Amino acid sequence: MIRRKELDQDLDQLRSLLVRMGEHVVDALDGAVLSLKTQDSEKAQEIVQADAQLNQMEEEIMDIGSRLIVTQQPVAKDLRRILVAFKISSDLERMGDLALDVAKVTLRLQGEPLIKPLIDIPQMAEIVKVMIEEAITSYLNENTDLAYKMAQDDDQVDLLYSRILTELYDHMRVNPDSLSQALLLTLVGRYIERIADHATNIGESAVYLVTGTRPDLNR
Amino acid sequence: MENIIEIEDLNLYYEQFHALKNINLDIPKHTATALIGPSGCGKSTLLRTLNRMNDMIAGTRIEGSIKIGGMGIYGKDVFVEELRKRVGMVFQQPNPFPKSIYDNIAYGPRLHGIRNKSTLDGIVEESLRQAALWEEVKDYLKRSALSLSGGQQQRLCIARALAVNPDILLMDEATSALDPISTLKIEELVQELKEKYTIVMVTHNMHQAARVSGRTVFFLNGEVVEADDTKTLFSNPRDARTEDYISGRFG
Repeated sequence: MIRRKELDQDLDQLRSLLVRMGEHVVDALDGAVLSLKTQDSEKAQEIVQADAQLNQMEEEIMDIGSRLIVTQQPVAKDLRRILVAFKISSDLERMGDLALDVAKVTLRLQGEPLIKPLIDIPQMAEIVKVMIEEAITSYLNENTDLAYKMAQDDDQVDLLYSRILTELYDHMRVNPDSLSQALLLTLVGRYIERIADHATNIGESAVYLVTGTRPDLNR
Repeated sequence: MENIIEIEDLNLYYEQFHALKNINLDIPKHTATALIGPSGCGKSTLLRTLNRMNDMIAGTRIEGSIKIGGMGIYGKDVFVEELRKRVGMVFQQPNPFPKSIYDNIAYGPRLHGIRNKSTLDGIVEESLRQAALWEEVKDYLKRSALSLSGGQQQRLCIARALAVNPDILLMDEATSALDPISTLKIEELVQELKEKYTIVMVTHNMHQAARVSGRTVFFLNGEVVEADDTKTLFSNPRDARTEDYISGRFG
């Protein structure tokens, strides 16, 4: 097989940018949840500031991809590699925004003592981190089995999310004073649950890259 | 959809060289079909079997059957002149006769016995209109066809082929000698002509095949590797060799 030097090099570059974006999102989610757990505003601030890098990488992917389409006129799988890079980078950018939203809750609380120790939220975040890593790996290795397996983890996330909601509703009912913080914490649950949905989107993109058809893993 | 061309178990040899191997291919009516593949893969050879242009090459041997409109075209009772009237051809280099624009178009109809001036005028105008050339040349019909630009000459050749009212138009690399604007004009023309005619085109320009044709056939070493809707073939080909070729990683 002939290698098309420029096309192949730039496709490699797209791949490594996506991997870096994935790592960035995992770190951001990790840091945001930690900042919330430890009420660390400084850490939260770092995460808010680092988001610009993620946006920049997304733009870089758009630039490289559109240049390749114009100059190399890729077809079939080469074209899908670029389309998938666009889609995954936009999912990752959204995931970064949602992690940032978690960090903003930390900032909003301004060190206010937590109404209860955080258990389910960090646990949920741990599962989602694994999902993100598996989603990126399924894309990198073009492993559709892993994409399907990863999507199943989303059920656990949904389960934890609904448990968090119930628990916080009860809390709000019993302690009306905790309303504003409990509300913010339900939002945190929601943000993390959304990140998991985007991770399954990445799994779908991996399947699309390999098969040319789009499955629905978000059921 | 009705198949106007049906090719069954076709084998073609140039002396010892096996140029086409067990070709089975149907071409639906009123479509543009593109034949693609690396040089020497047999795509032009196949195109030339459709109006028996290979008959002129000594040492050519053909097995199998090609039917056009249900009739075998290699039967003893087939008049090649009649076949070529039904199956017109346009080549890579525009090849107008060194005659006037008018006479180029009227040549075929005259050959087939049409003498009436107003009938000929009508055919000339209609053919030039269909080839999207009328507006550019209507005031200069007596001028030499050789005074036209390359792109105009090629459209003249298309008009000349249409003047005898064919069913099928074969185009062998018909735009590869033209500039991009002339190429686009011919591509647009193909889109219009396929409403009325069946077009089979050989092209080295894969993006042209993707833009213009409804079906694409990929040839390799004298065999048909894959024939499918153009959209499918260029987005999700079934055969890895097709993928390698259209991705520019092969051939």
